[in-house]
Amino acid sequence: MARKWNVRTEVLGVLLGILWIAPFYLMFANSFKTKKEIFSNTVSLPEGLNIANYTEAFRELDFLNTLMNSLFITIASVSLIVVCSAMAAYSLSRAKSRLSTVLLLTFIAAMLIPFQSVMIPLVTVFGQFEMLNRAGLIFMYLGFGASLSIFLYHGALNNISRSLDEAATVDGANRFQVFWYIIFPMLKPITVTVAILNIIWIWNDYLLPSLVINTPGSETIPLKMFFFFGEYTTQWHLALAGLALAILPVIIFYFFAQRAIIKGVSDGAVK
Amino acid sequence: MMRTRDLSYWLFLAPVLLALTLVVIVPMLLGVYYSFTSWNGIVTGSFVGLENYIALFKDERFLASLWFTTKFSIVSVILINIIGLSLALIVTSKIKTSNLLRTTFFMPNLIGGLILGFIWQFIFVKVFASVGQMIGSESMQTWLATTETGFWGLVILMSWQLAGYIMVIYIAYLEGLPKEVMEAAQLDCMNAFQRFRFIVFPLVAPAFTVSMFLTLSNTFKLYDQNLSLTAGGPYNSTEMVAMEIFKTAFMQNEFAYAQAKAVIFFAIVAVVALFQVYLNKRREVEM
Repeated sequence: MARKWNVRTEVLGVLLGILWIAPFYLMFANSFKTKKEIFSNTVSLPEGLNIANYTEAFRELDFLNTLMNSLFITIASVSLIVVCSAMAAYSLSRAKSRLSTVLLLTFIAAMLIPFQSVMIPLVTVFGQFEMLNRAGLIFMYLGFGASLSIFLYHGALNNISRSLDEAATVDGANRFQVFWYIIFPMLKPITVTVAILNIIWIWNDYLLPSLVINTPGSETIPLKMFFFFGEYTTQWHLALAGLALAILPVIIFYFFAQRAIIKGVSDGAVK
Repeated sequence: MMRTRDLSYWLFLAPVLLALTLVVIVPMLLGVYYSFTSWNGIVTGSFVGLENYIALFKDERFLASLWFTTKFSIVSVILINIIGLSLALIVTSKIKTSNLLRTTFFMPNLIGGLILGFIWQFIFVKVFASVGQMIGSESMQTWLATTETGFWGLVILMSWQLAGYIMVIYIAYLEGLPKEVMEAAQLDCMNAFQRFRFIVFPLVAPAFTVSMFLTLSNTFKLYDQNLSLTAGGPYNSTEMVAMEIFKTAFMQNEFAYAQAKAVIFFAIVAVVALFQVYLNKRREVEM
């Protein structure tokens, strides 16, 4: 028995959808207005498409360079997290012993530690070794991102039969070959989940980069946005154009990968 | 078979063990040590015992931020879960815009808290003011200028952002419900409320624990949105614990004292998390 189309729920849903999208509408609509237009009316559509706001915000944000910085940090960190945590989880799932259990529990327990509780010593120690730079930042992301990733990979690896490893070993493959050619390709679904979860938080992270990379020219989008916004709070037309620019890459990413993203977030939370 | 004494076992583990040790474990242990000293970031300082901890329990600003964070977290967790579950029930019912609505409700979660806070600052400060002027409402023109509107501003922002995230979790559990059960209930003339109360609710109960914990952990540790929406103002009255610790450390340069606050912060977070693990285990035993 198929359920009937639920009109009342549909209307309620659409109204809520409009409410949810309203902040983005207000941001985009006002980002095309002049300062005077925003002063007189914030709710209406813009009178014309005032591109000048965007060109100025683009220049002030040094947008291409900032975007490249964000892309570099995110891609490098997420690749490192994927490769290293998959290998670590492989070790922990294939060598069953008390040591492996203790190590896994250590990784899980580390997830409980809030960033603020380690932030001060972390910055001091890395500062003493001249590691407050991009390399240091990427290494820190590995430390903070590894726990959840190992946990997710470990769960997936337990569902892959060990007879596969053994068959490949009999055929003369060494440990690295077994992992990279046989096991890692089978982990693709969980790799997508791990990558998406890490991309979302690293791309948007503000606090850690603000403490680690604060030299001009190397800022990521959230970092640059913070300084930009501080300068332009009284000039909303420019501030909003900057915010719209900052959001654009995420919207494009979401448009192409929404199914994988929602599935990844759901799997990451429920498992 | 891989053994723990194999070289490859350690080679595979080496990068993450090194990173976790240097980035989390060593700073955590050092942090606990520093919290018992008078360290200020430059001079290591002497051992002062429990002095920092005694001081922070008399620190009105810290206690105020702790209280504000607790109030904010409780209100937000309740609202986010009610809204998130409602959204999940809407998009899993028989409607045509289901996929479009899921995409819409989830969208804010992909954007950084800092940027979301700035967008809402515009809405509360400019849009609310101009709408308030149009309809002649005095109170709408002073949003974020008072402690109360700052509080509700943060609650609205976080509900709008996290409801879609929590919705995704509830959907995962709701779609696991067997269709036959729902149909049988409908045949037995149960109305929508009865179906929800007696069938849906007990079956999605595990989702509550997961969602409560996720929202609590997200709201209690909030920093970015707090910084970009209210920056703690007016007069530090909307300052949450994470921000208070940051300011103590990097604006007042009281590293050891800030670290003592950070240790207390960790203890609270850990107790709440362990309590959640305990609840989960107990439910598993019951089932």
